[in-house]
Amino acid sequence: MTGPKFSVVGLRKVFGEDERAVVALDGASFELVENEFATLVGTSGCGKSTLLMIAAGLEEETEGQVLVNGTPIVGPGRDRGMVFQTYTLFPWLTVQNNVEFALRAEPMSKAERRRVASEHLALVGLDQFADSYPGQLSGGMRQRVAIARALSYRPEILLMDEPFGALDAQTRQLMQELLTRVWEQHRLTVLFVTHDIDEAVFLSDRVLVMTNRPGRIKLDVPIQLERPRRFQLISSIEFLEYKARLLASVREESLKTTDVAV
Amino acid sequence: MELGRDGTLESAAWESFRRITIGFLISTAFGVPIGILIGTYRIAEAAIEPPVGFIRYMPAVAFVPLSIVWFGVGENQKYVLIFIGTFFQQVLMVMDDVKRVPREYIDIGYTLGLKDPRILLRIIFPASAPAIWDTLRITLGWAWTWLVVAELVAAPNGLGHMILTAQRYFETDTIFLGILVIGLLGLAMDQTMKIIGRRLFRWAETQRG
Repeated sequence: MTGPKFSVVGLRKVFGEDERAVVALDGASFELVENEFATLVGTSGCGKSTLLMIAAGLEEETEGQVLVNGTPIVGPGRDRGMVFQTYTLFPWLTVQNNVEFALRAEPMSKAERRRVASEHLALVGLDQFADSYPGQLSGGMRQRVAIARALSYRPEILLMDEPFGALDAQTRQLMQELLTRVWEQHRLTVLFVTHDIDEAVFLSDRVLVMTNRPGRIKLDVPIQLERPRRFQLISSIEFLEYKARLLASVREESLKTTDVAV
Repeated sequence: MELGRDGTLESAAWESFRRITIGFLISTAFGVPIGILIGTYRIAEAAIEPPVGFIRYMPAVAFVPLSIVWFGVGENQKYVLIFIGTFFQQVLMVMDDVKRVPREYIDIGYTLGLKDPRILLRIIFPASAPAIWDTLRITLGWAWTWLVVAELVAAPNGLGHMILTAQRYFETDTIFLGILVIGLLGLAMDQTMKIIGRRLFRWAETQRG
């Protein structure tokens, strides 16, 4: 039996100092096995994005550890790919060159780099747009390129910080289907962050609910819905049961902090 | 329009054009790299920003006597004055351009395994280049002022000198001609930079974030 692919151990993060200190995370721990698709959900400000930034090595933890294949991470690295919500592509490079940019560190010939980039653009259905600039694409298309880029260099784990958060509802639904299809064909360990419960259930093998600040893992729900998943799934009884359970859990956290009378 | 025929205007315009080009290039050669550096590194900002911010508010015109004492009335004095008037503005404006590069671009660079020098060269520089180009356009316009000031005070030729000489002989038409030519030259340089900028940064035209 091999160890976990990715682990978060007793993660604590404090922003600021003394009386103005804010504890964003306190004792967040979980493990992902290889090729698992896990999603962190929680209220806004629960520290889920902070956790992802620490996992990416872009933010320093106060206490605790993040391990990839059992080795503690030191700063950012190519073993962890990242997809952000906005400003994901370099606007001065064409779509093709945005993907190739990620491959420059690989020991590949120029022709090979070109081929690998094209293949991954085809995977997200954007090979026709290789020579376009990001500014000429819609928000959804830009996120598809960002996914293609992140997959192209084969990181050990993919970290996605609300990648569809800035898209309209219809595009968002299509992007979820695309990501599911791509992931079902090219299995990869994914840690996804969202506040959209439907999105979390639809995409994931496992949904982790975080408590409100300071963030910890409150609930760990395996999603045993069959794959391949198609959009009809979202109206099935099983889907709605998972959704109701997770919504109730997140709502409980929202109620602790909100001023809204209910 | 006698001036046009005997070549006085032409050579005056040429002298002024030469001076502003050299003076502006010297200023830019220092202003842009230093601006990028302090926009990127906090330590550099802490060291350089306060003095530059202070000197920026000293009127360049006030440096005219000093520049003559130190550099005489030759060409170097013209460059020094253009430099004083342009460099300090450029540094702070370029710093701001660089600071406006979205954090995500830099973070993506780090997750792709890039180290600091490459992040600077391959991400921060191209990302801020269109804004820096615009800064250069704006500061070039200001540099014209300092050039004319330098030529009005002490110069053997150039458009400023031509205007000053005309004043001595009450040749108002020549004065107007000088002012007009300065305006036209400035406009021509600005438009040229605008066109070059559009060609260089075609991607920025359609950008929506």
